[in-house]
Amino acid sequence: MTIIRKPSDIKSSDITPEAVYRDRRRFLREALAATAAGVSGSLWPAAGEAGQKLFNLKKGPYSTDEKPTPLEYVTGYNNFYEFGTDKGDPARLAQNFRSVPWTLAVEGEVKKPAAYHIEDLLRHHPLQERIYRLRCVEAWSMVVPWVGFPLRDLLQRVEPNSRAKYVEFTTLYDPKQMPGQKPGLFGSGLDWPYVEGLRLDEAMHPLTLLVVGLYGEVLPNQNGAPIRLVVPWKYGFKSIKSIVKIRLVEQQPLTTWMKAGPREYGFYSNVNPLVDHPRWSQASERRIGEDALFSPKRKTLMFNGYADQVASLYTGMDLKKYF
Amino acid sequence: MLDKNQKIRWLFKPALFVLALVPLAVLVQKGVDNNLGANPVETINRFTGDWVLRFLLIALAVTPLRRLSGWNVLLRFRRMAGLFAFFYVSLHFLSYAWLDQSFVLPDIVKDVAKRPYITVGFACFLMLIPLAATSTAGMIRRLGARRWQRLHRLVYLVGIGGIVHYLWLVKSDITQPLIYGAILALLLGFRLRDRLRERPARASAVAETAR
Repeated sequence: MTIIRKPSDIKSSDITPEAVYRDRRRFLREALAATAAGVSGSLWPAAGEAGQKLFNLKKGPYSTDEKPTPLEYVTGYNNFYEFGTDKGDPARLAQNFRSVPWTLAVEGEVKKPAAYHIEDLLRHHPLQERIYRLRCVEAWSMVVPWVGFPLRDLLQRVEPNSRAKYVEFTTLYDPKQMPGQKPGLFGSGLDWPYVEGLRLDEAMHPLTLLVVGLYGEVLPNQNGAPIRLVVPWKYGFKSIKSIVKIRLVEQQPLTTWMKAGPREYGFYSNVNPLVDHPRWSQASERRIGEDALFSPKRKTLMFNGYADQVASLYTGMDLKKYF
Repeated sequence: MLDKNQKIRWLFKPALFVLALVPLAVLVQKGVDNNLGANPVETINRFTGDWVLRFLLIALAVTPLRRLSGWNVLLRFRRMAGLFAFFYVSLHFLSYAWLDQSFVLPDIVKDVAKRPYITVGFACFLMLIPLAATSTAGMIRRLGARRWQRLHRLVYLVGIGGIVHYLWLVKSDITQPLIYGAILALLLGFRLRDRLRERPARASAVAETAR
């Protein structure tokens, strides 16, 4: 009988990997949650904090095979004016943003209005990963592996009535937490809270996502935690962040950017290389983290490359007029 | 022992020259370190543009500061500030034409003609060329002080154009261009005030002699 075992007696399978050992509490919590979530398939970590791993992600449809933009750029180069107008501001100033607990209200022209805690919401909606192109109105682009579920699945649950023609989204208004919303000397020039909108058929399109994560982890605050919209064929500002309210309405909503610059930002804001921003060209774009300093910009694609999926939504429409 | 002129020539001017190159050195270092951020072209373009405005404001601050402080020596550094504004505007334009537009001439021509903020910026760049070209003592002599001075008043227009260029480029937050604009307004306002004060004085002096 060996009391003191020699190293050769210990099977390698008995050894807990160091990473797991060091992170055992988190491992236990996550393993437990993974079991609990077994039925619905997806999993939301109990704390719901940015950077926590998401498990049991399905690979969703429509993913591009282009190279995803490095995480440091996806999380470090952000337009999220609630935290400041410099692209580095959100990463710095959103660190202490409280995205937990969070309630999302779905209301308006629906048969079953509801307010959901994020964790309850996700129990009903299995999460999937979708790698989408993101085209900013400022003529740069990224490729982001989002984690979320189709907006249509949520809208169907609340049963829009026959008056529901548009969907209006509203971001949290909380100047204490969102310094960009404080009235400054000149301010950002935007009206708060941030409001965006889609036509109902756009909102119901299978490409349109509600997103709670990226790169397989809980969404970082600067990217719109805890829940944001992603509409990949429209300019990035349509993909509203940190949503507290989704309202189905009869009239076309007046969005924040339409109010700020009606000549420059239309309701549709579909990515369109043929319709320039009044002040700059939209014909080409720079891919963040990939295009080298001296490489020419790449051509912007109609509907950001999603024309096959969405062009039929706009048949017969003059896209110059409805920009 | 160096006399005052020698000190300016061999100490202060070289020191300021090196100092004015520090922004470029910082930019190059960032480039070498691969530290230009997510959008290096934008970083380079904004960085050089900022320094054009700063050097323009420094050059335009010389006269008011000299008047207020009585330090006439400041005048000896004005040309250098102006030439560095031209140096950085050249880099700014080069970064646009090369990095942003890849030297595709038809695109550049279209852009300059079609985009008001680029039109204004390009016009300012063009206006700075004769000013830089006539910055030497020889050119001042050849033009004559009066004509030279009249030509170089173009810099006021360039300053205003530079602010407009910046203002028309930002999406919604106009804080930065307004700060630069406020400083410019102060510097130009000082000259205007001097003018308005001088004129009645001169007029009465003329009346005095006529009597």
